[in-house]
Amino acid sequence: MPKVKVKRASSAVDMTAMCDVAFLLLTFFILTAQFRAQDAATIETPSSISGIKVPDKDIMTIALDKDGKVYFGIDNQQHRLAMLDNIASEKGISFSDNEKKEFMLMSNFGLPINQLKSFLSLPKEQKAKIKQSGIPTDSTGAGPSNELKDWVYNARKANNDLRIALKGDNLAKFPNFKNVLATLQAQNINKFNLITGTEAPPAGWKSDEE
Amino acid sequence: MAEIDTSGGGGKKGGGKVRSKKASTRVDMTPMVDLGFLLITFFILATTLSKPSSMTLNVPDKTKEEKTEPIKASNVMTIFLGDDNKAYSIFGKAANEDPEIKTTGYGYELRQLIQNNARTVPGDKFVVVIKPTKQANYRNMVDVLDEMAITKTKRYALVDELTADEKTLLKDKAKLDI
Repeated sequence: MPKVKVKRASSAVDMTAMCDVAFLLLTFFILTAQFRAQDAATIETPSSISGIKVPDKDIMTIALDKDGKVYFGIDNQQHRLAMLDNIASEKGISFSDNEKKEFMLMSNFGLPINQLKSFLSLPKEQKAKIKQSGIPTDSTGAGPSNELKDWVYNARKANNDLRIALKGDNLAKFPNFKNVLATLQAQNINKFNLITGTEAPPAGWKSDEE
Repeated sequence: MAEIDTSGGGGKKGGGKVRSKKASTRVDMTPMVDLGFLLITFFILATTLSKPSSMTLNVPDKTKEEKTEPIKASNVMTIFLGDDNKAYSIFGKAANEDPEIKTTGYGYELRQLIQNNARTVPGDKFVVVIKPTKQANYRNMVDVLDEMAITKTKRYALVDELTADEKTLLKDKAKLDI
């Protein structure tokens, strides 16, 4: 009698299906990706139950870090350039094309205007190392040392549809926030968005708008 | 790997013809899958998945002087945001009328207090005045504004200046350094 051979199961798995799935997911993530912009400071925002999403475009972000330093940024690169041109002519500073290009790539910054030029000419690695000192503000919102007001004004000149988002750190002290608020109010900006994380509303809570 | 051998003639003996060996049509997909998942991992880590939400804040116009009627103190709850994540609140009395100060945290306790106070005021006359002190941080402010949304308090105001009466009140009763 011939021996009954035990059929050995193949040890190789067909990877085609898995490969399909992997690339399907990859395509999905590539298409939905929104890259995290390199920010000048890390800010941990508090959370709220508000469900309003932050708009995608035409947004000016004023960030306040935990030491009370103010950072400023607008989303559109062309408008950034226009804003820089405006403020340069106002302050009598000229920027080279290279510096303008560098400025266009910065999503936000926190430097007094007289330090901006030297910062822009630094190589990339050194830029990351420099601790930005924040944009000067004051409590009246319209003083001569308040540079935030110039940036806000010139940004709005570059793009009139800008909406204003304030992004504060959990530990930022209120007086610093008040300075930012005063700056905006002095320019008759009375409506803005506070960027927060999302948290679940308490059980049973319903929005009135539904 | 145990691919199916499609080359055929290899095992035949005695055949005169020399057959060219057919290449296997199977490709080993393992490295490709590896690469796929590596890229997926990268894209997951590089994206911001949850978009932050935003709450709107409207402040009164400072450039225009508007005359408004004074609000009765009996309808007003004033919340002072102190240090160390504590909220001090008074209700029903002005600061110079020797009100009772209640000290709460920012979560459920404060919400209960607001809701209880709102119930004692008829109609929609209940007003909350939020007064952050110098020690308050940004999170406290957002928390209180959030409580306004949760308790559906329609009338509230963020006021950043303390009156002299309020200062003495907080100093005496809450031992707050202002």
